[in-house]
Amino acid sequence: MRNKGVNYAKYGYIFSIPFVLTFLIFSLYPTIFTAVIGFTDLRGMGRTEFNFLKQPFDNFVLILNNPTFRKSLGTTAIIWLMNFIPQILLSLLLTAWFTTRRFKIRGQGAFKVLLYMPNIITAATIAILFNSLFGYPKGPVNDLFMRFGWLDAPANFHMQKWTARGVVAFIQFWMWYGNSMIVLIAGVLGIDPTLFEAAEIDGATSTQIFFKITLPRLKTILLYVLITSMIGGLQMFDIPRLFLWGGPDSATLTASLFIYNQAFSGSYLYNRAAAASMIMFLIIVVLSAALFHLMRDKDEAKFRKAERLRIRNAKKQGELV
Amino acid sequence: MKSLKASTNITKTIIYVVCIFLAILSVFPFLVMFINATRSTFQIQQDSVSLLPSKYLASNWAVFKGKSFNPVVGFVNSMLSSGGATLCAVYFSSLTAYALVAYSWKLRQPFFTFILAVLMIPAQVTGIGFYQFMYRIGWTNSLLPLIFPAIASPSMVFFMRQYLMATLSLDIVNSARIDGAGEFYTFNRIILPIMKPAMATQAIFTFVFSWNSLFIPLILLTNSKKYTMPIMVSLLRGDIYKTEYGAVYLGLSLTVLPLFVIYFLLSKYIIAGVALGALKE
Repeated sequence: MRNKGVNYAKYGYIFSIPFVLTFLIFSLYPTIFTAVIGFTDLRGMGRTEFNFLKQPFDNFVLILNNPTFRKSLGTTAIIWLMNFIPQILLSLLLTAWFTTRRFKIRGQGAFKVLLYMPNIITAATIAILFNSLFGYPKGPVNDLFMRFGWLDAPANFHMQKWTARGVVAFIQFWMWYGNSMIVLIAGVLGIDPTLFEAAEIDGATSTQIFFKITLPRLKTILLYVLITSMIGGLQMFDIPRLFLWGGPDSATLTASLFIYNQAFSGSYLYNRAAAASMIMFLIIVVLSAALFHLMRDKDEAKFRKAERLRIRNAKKQGELV
Repeated sequence: MKSLKASTNITKTIIYVVCIFLAILSVFPFLVMFINATRSTFQIQQDSVSLLPSKYLASNWAVFKGKSFNPVVGFVNSMLSSGGATLCAVYFSSLTAYALVAYSWKLRQPFFTFILAVLMIPAQVTGIGFYQFMYRIGWTNSLLPLIFPAIASPSMVFFMRQYLMATLSLDIVNSARIDGAGEFYTFNRIILPIMKPAMATQAIFTFVFSWNSLFIPLILLTNSKKYTMPIMVSLLRGDIYKTEYGAVYLGLSLTVLPLFVIYFLLSKYIIAGVALGALKE
């Protein structure tokens, strides 16, 4: 091939052009543009021209001192924690149950299909559906709870801060635990089965096997689930927006919803929204860096490091000679 | 030994009870939704949970006439934008992945590292810049900004690369070259068919993700003729439907129905795809 003088390397570049161009135009440029807007006075409906501020960090200072934004960050964290802790515990428990050979649970396929199902349904639809389900004074949840005798009088879930947050967190939990479970089960199936066999022969109980073998081996995947969930949770928007529009009294106003409200619902404060977006962006970049570190090809990195070392040593020796 | 077996049986019973409870929890909200879509507002107010459908489907449907909620328009727009985005994402991600696997070029490794680095950068936090950009070039109220950005889908390139690394043998490429096939022809006629299984899985996820997305469509589309399904759904939260419970449930049902069909036809591949997505080795 070579002697014909065909240089195939150029096709590597040619075939990457659509991706690179699209990324530059629709991803990188909007990112830089958002950052730039954060330093300007761009506000007002339909406006496109802007001036840079004399005090460039004004928007950032204003946003960071804005009590609503601070509260929204806290709300995002609270709702995420209220969803993630039960989510990871339940998905770990289900993973342990489904992968313990002693139990041989039947119908795993059907359970997986049903437990994962809420994840693919439009979040917007689910938010409005749950708004109706938790209706007051008449609603399916209130009706059921009263029928079972768990409630004496209908509860107004929408008007109380913690029940509203609880429902939003529950929806997130309900939509995502199936996903985490499938990911974790896949992780367990990836563990060398001889480890389990050896432990069984040594007389380990299934609890011991789970805590001493399965969990330590799942560390990377657990971290993956944690970080992707954090990145997703930070951007929680559809459900809090459509469930109660951030209410009652901003109890479910997440950071994304705050940004949306700044820019697109009446006030058109694009510069403030951009500054707040950039703060979120930085948090996500830090989390992504952690994920990147986790997902890089470890062997390849090791190999390249060794290679660099070898070249450096060779050079050093060359210098000495 | 006997007591161990007994305790295993008790544990197994607990497991089945919990799993069945969770399965009911997954289905129940949708069941209530579908049934209430056939009931009148009065019936729902009397008793909001019923296991028996009623006969008010048509009258609930009639409520939508002349109002802004138009499921057909939303369905068509969502089909166009999600379908377009899926085609773009699948084809160009495969092409980019092929470039990463089949050719050795100087920037190959840096380019792959770069793709890994931007894997998780979300469109949402750069929405302000994206909106201003689209506003300037007159692309608001158009489905194009929902389609073209999909050409650069880092996570799909990553997945496709892993798949190609495992399945592609360069001998095929070389023999195609000997037969005189051009590189682009080889990719379209020989490589793409090899990638079909991976493309199918990724296509499902891209389609569903794009179908469900709300934030970017919500900020770009203000003309109700361009609304996608999730924006259409958000109208049901408005005041005009406040007293029309039956109609709200019907509207929600209509948006869920296509997803249910996709899911129950393809659930095997979807579950396998979720599991695969997590395994990076």
